[in-house]
Amino acid sequence: MKRFDYVRPATVAEAVAAAAEPGAAYLAGGTNLLDLMKSGAAAPGRLVDVSRLPGLDRIEELPDGGLRIGALVRNADLAHDSDFARRFPAIAEALLSGASAQLRNAATVGGNLLQRTRCAWFADPASACNRRAPGSGCDARGGDSRQQAVLGWNEACVATHPSDFCVPLAALDAVVEIEGRAGRRAVAFEDFHRLPGQTPERETTLAQGELVVALRLPAGAEAFSANARYLKVRERTSFAFAVVSAAAALRLEGGRIAEARLALGGVAAKPWRCPEAEALLAGRPPGPEAFRQAAEAALAEARAPGDNAFKIELARRTAARALTLALAGTPARVPALPASPFAPVPGALVHA
Amino acid sequence: MPEITLTQDPVHLRHGSNIGRPLTRRDGLLKVTGAARYAADNNPKGLLHAVVAVSTVARGRVVALDVEAAMAHPGVVEVMTPANRPALAGDPDAKPNPLVFRLDLLQSDRVRYAGQPIALVVAETLEAATEGAVLLAPRYESEPPAVGLDDGERFVPTAVGPGAPAELRHGDVEAGLAAAAQAIEATYETPPQYHNPMEPHAVVARWDGDRLTLDTPSQAMAMARLRLAALFGIPPENILIRSPFLGGGFGCKGLLSGPQVLGVMAARLVGRPVKLALTRAQLYGPVGHRSPTRQRLRLGADGEGRLTALEHHTLMSSSRFDEFFEPASNASHALYASPAIATLHEAVRLDCGTPMFMRAPGEAPGSAALESAVDEMAEACGLDPLEFRLRNYAEVEPTTGRPFSSKALRECYARGAERFGWERRPLAPRSLRDEHGLLVGWGVGTAIFPALMFEAEARAVIRRDGGGTVEIGACDMGQGAWTALAQIAADAVGLDGERVEFRSGSSDLPDGGIAGGSAHTATAGSAIHSAGAAVVARLAELAMADERSPLFGAGNAGVVARDGRLHRRDDESRSEGYAEILERAGLAEVEARGKGAMDAAAQQRYAMQAHGAVFAEVKVDPDLGQVRVTRLVGAFAAGRIINPRMVVSQYYGGMIWGVSFALHEQAVMDRRSGRPMNADLAGYHIPVNADLPALETILVEEEDPHVNALGIKGVGEIGITGTVGAIANAVWHATGVRVRQFPITLDRLLG
Amino acid sequence: MTVTVTTTINGDAEEFVCEADETLLDVLRDHLGLTGSKEGCATGDCGACSVMLDGRLVCSCLVLAAEAEGRQVETIEGMARGRELHPLQQKFLDAAALQCGICTPGFLVAAKALLERNPDPSETEVRYWLAGNLCRCTGYDKIVRAVLETAADMKSADMKSAGMKSAGMRSA
Repeated sequence: MKRFDYVRPATVAEAVAAAAEPGAAYLAGGTNLLDLMKSGAAAPGRLVDVSRLPGLDRIEELPDGGLRIGALVRNADLAHDSDFARRFPAIAEALLSGASAQLRNAATVGGNLLQRTRCAWFADPASACNRRAPGSGCDARGGDSRQQAVLGWNEACVATHPSDFCVPLAALDAVVEIEGRAGRRAVAFEDFHRLPGQTPERETTLAQGELVVALRLPAGAEAFSANARYLKVRERTSFAFAVVSAAAALRLEGGRIAEARLALGGVAAKPWRCPEAEALLAGRPPGPEAFRQAAEAALAEARAPGDNAFKIELARRTAARALTLALAGTPARVPALPASPFAPVPGALVHA
Repeated sequence: MPEITLTQDPVHLRHGSNIGRPLTRRDGLLKVTGAARYAADNNPKGLLHAVVAVSTVARGRVVALDVEAAMAHPGVVEVMTPANRPALAGDPDAKPNPLVFRLDLLQSDRVRYAGQPIALVVAETLEAATEGAVLLAPRYESEPPAVGLDDGERFVPTAVGPGAPAELRHGDVEAGLAAAAQAIEATYETPPQYHNPMEPHAVVARWDGDRLTLDTPSQAMAMARLRLAALFGIPPENILIRSPFLGGGFGCKGLLSGPQVLGVMAARLVGRPVKLALTRAQLYGPVGHRSPTRQRLRLGADGEGRLTALEHHTLMSSSRFDEFFEPASNASHALYASPAIATLHEAVRLDCGTPMFMRAPGEAPGSAALESAVDEMAEACGLDPLEFRLRNYAEVEPTTGRPFSSKALRECYARGAERFGWERRPLAPRSLRDEHGLLVGWGVGTAIFPALMFEAEARAVIRRDGGGTVEIGACDMGQGAWTALAQIAADAVGLDGERVEFRSGSSDLPDGGIAGGSAHTATAGSAIHSAGAAVVARLAELAMADERSPLFGAGNAGVVARDGRLHRRDDESRSEGYAEILERAGLAEVEARGKGAMDAAAQQRYAMQAHGAVFAEVKVDPDLGQVRVTRLVGAFAAGRIINPRMVVSQYYGGMIWGVSFALHEQAVMDRRSGRPMNADLAGYHIPVNADLPALETILVEEEDPHVNALGIKGVGEIGITGTVGAIANAVWHATGVRVRQFPITLDRLLG
Repeated sequence: MTVTVTTTINGDAEEFVCEADETLLDVLRDHLGLTGSKEGCATGDCGACSVMLDGRLVCSCLVLAAEAEGRQVETIEGMARGRELHPLQQKFLDAAALQCGICTPGFLVAAKALLERNPDPSETEVRYWLAGNLCRCTGYDKIVRAVLETAADMKSADMKSAGMKSAGMRSA
């Protein structure tokens, strides 16, 4: 690792001040940042350890019925909070489907939002990567495309966002609370992550020194708790990033879908919300036909940058399956194989 | 030297000790407490840390290194480059025999593969050395590398594997195919794979004048010592290698690798002890890998489902500068009866590190293709795959006509099939579903691995206190040498295990040979057995010649050794304890040496192979293509079993390697740079616990009077063979899709 | 940049000086002589360096040593109480649930963390929760069985001791 200064501020204000200069980075769980520092893909000159900032490790009820999750709540703690898992089961399932027990214990809510892409060319300082070194080019183009995007990419960048957690967050209209030198602001989840555009190095809306302090789930998000699932297709049963994943949530009324939410993971540089699919489902009776059409709509704009066209069809099927699982109902507890196609679905033949 | 004491809680000795007992590991206590000391755990006084800088291009030249920047980094002590590396007495590119591999020891600025060491930084701390290596900021002149099997010119290598002919033709394949009622041709591909032992190679080296001491994992200490002696121009006796525990080897610690030698060179350069531990990423280059293969099989069968011809052609790669050719086609030599068999190899040269022996070299990829092809042939013949295999059962080795020294494969099939419930398998694919609608498939594969022997020597001592010592420089890389060889040792000297001090894992002991080729227990065990027999014979001579001994004059009747006593063979009531014999003879101890090696005459007369049958069940999501192995049963016959617990672990391990080969592991090469783009354990997938079901193994009894005096075959590698095919065949049975490219990934099953 | 860290390791107060860029794993192994935690990857992908940090299982290769300030660190070296092995260690030993042994310390620390959270896991749960520990040899089967058997043993020991307590006896 390149040598760096290590500071441990006592307050959020101190932290924001300490990270104001370019080259400073926040350290929380460290599961992604230290990894990148070891390979040389990240080389901050100053690490601002925010892991002990007071007050950011709490889960709080909001007066409007929403929930506020401090940015330093650990992924495992959030997933194991039984009240949280009951109210937001797809999020708990997504959290538990990610990484390993060790990493879920260390990783934080805020850090998860800021995960960098797992694109191999990004992680390799010897490769050209516009995201890591703006203007250097993209060696991922023309390389193995299995992990590459099929939505929202361009010639500058074909990377995907690796988070599981962020996929249901996108579906459920989470809000990110950010503190900077100018004070606190709130950003809709949809606007937090950015597609590459011509500035793939700008992955989020955060400015230098801004700190994610909390995540809010709006009051309405809980209305999906009876029919919400996360499904993750992967190359190992556990401890693998998604090839494709989907979060699906339904609010059913009188045999019809009153409201649907759908987001995809592993397909774009950001967690991919599917508003067209949601609109198509609203008001319709649930079922294979509706789900298939929704999946088609979700991937309507998809195209493959390499020989990863299989992901487009896989994403359709994953979306349709996640909707099917959501319709079957949220299980009483997160399955022992969270978000896995091999998790049993009591009483339902979903693979017919 | 720190004493390696294999402390035992008395409770773990309650099993007694001799061959065949399921003793727990003698090294277990050290390992469960974290006290077992592996190479990188050594921190001698004055230690410096070394880190290698490796090339990011695959072919070219290093044209600039910023040595000044690295030297200026706080804590950096020295930068070793081709300009200042210590002179070597031996040329690292010399190739006196096929088992000496060319090493990259900074002999020039040339780069012959990505990941090649191009410099080394020595510092007071690991962190400083690591950053120093980054600061070297190498610049290159590079040329486009040859990366894939289509990138080079094909040629027929002079030999494959450890020296086998590249081509073997028995009978007339073309005639066999022409006469066949059914013929198939299929091409299978396997990817480059990396050994990835959990312990990356490490070396702690210290020079005292021209004496060298090193802690480093080695599957063959005596060979490593010879190589070092030649490279540094010192007598082998001046070199002490300590390798009590290897954190896995699988072939990549068989022969000394370049980075291990670089650590020794660095220690010489700076005149202080140096530790060099490779990072995970640095294992992808200089320590070997399994070559990718493209295997074309052509099979013919008559109307009864009997093979009329079997041709197995393998295209594989070696490096541009050295020779190792994965002998995949040779998996077809001894398994299925056919009047015509041809096994052929071609190779291309790529800009990669030299491939190397990797758990079941040849057999693993060869069996994957052969077992898949045999299944395809069974399908073409409309036969159950197990029935097809039985119809083509080789009663003698098909290519030579030699009888097998022993072969209990039929019983492996029968017992595995029974345990698995094979008889309920529907013939047609895509006809089984579970209660959730997942596709279910059943597959079988035959396992085979040759029963090899290398050479080893052991020393046995019987002392006047009634105890004994057995010494051999054997290697425990997890297979259980500390335990199984100690069991053999106890029986060899006729003592309870508690009375025998078993010393191993160090190069100052008699040459224990190579822990590889599934031959270590057989070879080192035979050496121990013969040393024990020799020392007991000495003791017997003393007793039989002494008229005060109850064994006096036993002469032709002879004696047997048991529980620390010699008994007359014809009258076991007449016996005498070791202590009394030595006491009376006025000797503190007697000692003898013994050797283990293959019996060349027996090897001529018999085909020697271990066999097995593996049955797999997989479930496949019909829409999403994700695959999971849900049952795996392996029945194996491998001669005498020294310790069933260690053996079961070896079978499990091999079978899980089979799962990994079939479904998970592959190095993803960048076709432009020649770099593996998943050179870590996040992207290079090996199975995790959650990928596996509870496994079952059946140890089929087999007595082999010919392989060696103890009747031992090998168990370390056979589990992979058969398993890969069984899983691939189960995937086909589940889905109706025949994937001929390994690993079988979900995109290939989406339909 | 040099950092002085005051921490507790396996119950003992410990103070050390390290560079800011040194990981907890490197300090344990290189400064403190606690070499039971192994480096298999240095990137959080293999679990061989698993330790407990303030009661949570983490990869010590992804924790800066400076982050251990004021924390409780538990390593494999602290798992046995003197000569008395932890039931998991004893079971791994008795069942020969290990091979080369490099992954063993990490598995034991992780399995202990699992049983503390979930004393009665199903086989699938054990397999899922130990997915962060790789074994290349590969001894997963025996490891899983050893963890399940230990859980069963500890449960029956708990029941016994509860029974004895209710009968007015003290458990040993």
